[in-house]
Amino acid sequence: MGANHKHGDPLPETVLRVKSLESLLIEKGLVEAEALDALVDRYENKVGPKNGAKVVARAWVDDAYRERLLKDATSAVAEFGFTGAQGEELVALENTDKVHNVVVCTLCSCYPWPVLGLPPVWYKSAPYRARVVREPRKVLEEFGTRLPEGTEVRVWDSTAETRYLVIPKRPEGTEEMDEDALAELVNRDSMIGTREADSPTMAEGA
Amino acid sequence: MALDPTLQSISIPQDEEGPVFDEPWQAQAFALTVKLNEAGQFSWSEWAEVFGAEIAADTESGQGVGNTAYYHCWLSALEKIVALKALLTPEQLSVRKAEWREASEHTPHGQPIEIRKSPK
Repeated sequence: MGANHKHGDPLPETVLRVKSLESLLIEKGLVEAEALDALVDRYENKVGPKNGAKVVARAWVDDAYRERLLKDATSAVAEFGFTGAQGEELVALENTDKVHNVVVCTLCSCYPWPVLGLPPVWYKSAPYRARVVREPRKVLEEFGTRLPEGTEVRVWDSTAETRYLVIPKRPEGTEEMDEDALAELVNRDSMIGTREADSPTMAEGA
Repeated sequence: MALDPTLQSISIPQDEEGPVFDEPWQAQAFALTVKLNEAGQFSWSEWAEVFGAEIAADTESGQGVGNTAYYHCWLSALEKIVALKALLTPEQLSVRKAEWREASEHTPHGQPIEIRKSPK
């Protein structure tokens, strides 16, 4: 896989080259950011958020796995075979009634590829990167996520070295559901922390 | 989605569902190329010529195979074709790259930012 980079290093050369091409071509109006994203999205399910959903569902049903995941997420997701670039130091963050975690990359678009695939366009956008740090509750509300006042919101800044996977709260009314059915409730945004997991009624599309 | 038939004929690492990427920059370079072609900036045969030359040079120099080497060639070809078609100059690219490098080196990055309860 691509070059490993450690603390303080610049982004890898290839990433800088692509970012330079992309930003200049967008500025010149030769390509559109949204159109690029739509194209990349079509391939997203290759290493997409279904991986992360399996991890979360396992953590919901298996306490021992949950503990392993919180202790060393890189190894715990490797149990599923989810390894590779940009997942070397993965940290799992558990959402509870007291704490809600949300992830950003303030510099660029660092993201845990092996479990979530490629980042969505809003995650890469300047408004999200700047605003979620300053006014996380307001940003979360725009995603339809309203948290109780007593819940502490923690914003985590991803880096080239450390990526985060949010474990959303297990929705109510899912006690009877098995792991596979639970995984269906774990949407991508819930693993970034901007939304909550789907409720079973939503998932049925009733 | 169905790929352009001409693009399909340029060998792209893919499985039955389409192109495969190891890392986002590969998908981004791929997407830029597809979009520039769709916009009429170059034809796939023009692309194949530039890209093919990169692959040939890479093979000759005994470089590795696989997705990463493949997309390194892809990226080099993309840089060449945007210059060839006068879309961007190599100078613009190198200035911008230095700016990105500077930003990535000097932006405080990596500390988890903790935010207390929102003031209400």
